[in-house]
Amino acid sequence: MGLHLPVPGPVIGLLLLFGFLLMRPSAVDSIEPTALELLRHLSLLFVPAGVGIMAAAGKVRGEGFAIAVALVVSTTLAIAVTALVTRALMRRQMRRSRVNTPSGL
Amino acid sequence: MTQLGALWVYLAATPLLGLTMTLFAYLIAQGIYARARFNPLANPVLIAVALVVAVLSMTHTPYQTYFQGAQFVHFLLGPATVALALPLYRQLPKLRRAAVPLAGGLIAGSLTAIVSATAVAMLFGVSRVTVISLAPKSATTPIAMAIAERLGGLPSLTAVLVICTGVFGAVSARTILNVLRIEEPDVRGFALGVASHGIGTARAFQVSDEMGAFAGLGMGLNGLFTAFVVPVLLPMVLRWIN
Repeated sequence: MGLHLPVPGPVIGLLLLFGFLLMRPSAVDSIEPTALELLRHLSLLFVPAGVGIMAAAGKVRGEGFAIAVALVVSTTLAIAVTALVTRALMRRQMRRSRVNTPSGL
Repeated sequence: MTQLGALWVYLAATPLLGLTMTLFAYLIAQGIYARARFNPLANPVLIAVALVVAVLSMTHTPYQTYFQGAQFVHFLLGPATVALALPLYRQLPKLRRAAVPLAGGLIAGSLTAIVSATAVAMLFGVSRVTVISLAPKSATTPIAMAIAERLGGLPSLTAVLVICTGVFGAVSARTILNVLRIEEPDVRGFALGVASHGIGTARAFQVSDEMGAFAGLGMGLNGLFTAFVVPVLLPMVLRWIN
């Protein structure tokens, strides 16, 4: 059974809850305390999987340097590209709204 | 000492061992993180993982034995991912105000993160499993791990890579953004959230609430975007290489 979507199940759950909140904004107040309590300890929930690196280390031995370079290059580029594109589009939006709203009248 | 030994034998035979160890390691790591004044280099997840790994290897306990207990903590990752809908919903007014610039920045930045990470790794000739585990590294940990698992990567490797990405972004973002002369706090926060998820967001909140809010928005949107793009994009890239 199921739709065999490539998207992870919890992400679909996130979208379903998000859609539900859009339809019933009044539900936010009753769900939020539980959700925030869970998210407050989010770091804890990564530990068991992180420890799995012990079992997985053998499979990536010798790839440490390549992974480190990929990580540093990609994160630097991602920060730069996100910032530059977002700023350029924000400035364009501001210019347009200035043109569209007649001022000085 | 014999008493302690007896206790250890008892604990090792029950799922309590993994659970207790995880909670204690986390508490110690939180303490160190607070002592270090929330410096991103003292990331509590990295410290807790290192502590547990050290104890397991000293006691020659296999990961499977540990995970029998720790799986109860691990299970909560799914519900916690669903719970991310709430902070995202709270950021909706900010999203509406600047929808087009944020969507454009998200798409450009997220694709850059995914494509550049896989491209560099493949240039070095790393294994397929490593490429899959690396691709979602800028998304928030629960989403990135779920993607890696779904596509045949190693979720545990992804968890560690995601955290390293977050730490690197949180430590270096200020320099990168200053070099590019990006001064707007909303843009700075958004870029930090897109590229280095929750750890970047925590760093942004240390600077200002506005920067933090936009970082949170960037983290949430990139988690979703990555979850939909990587499963489509990655098989294409891998096929193109073969």
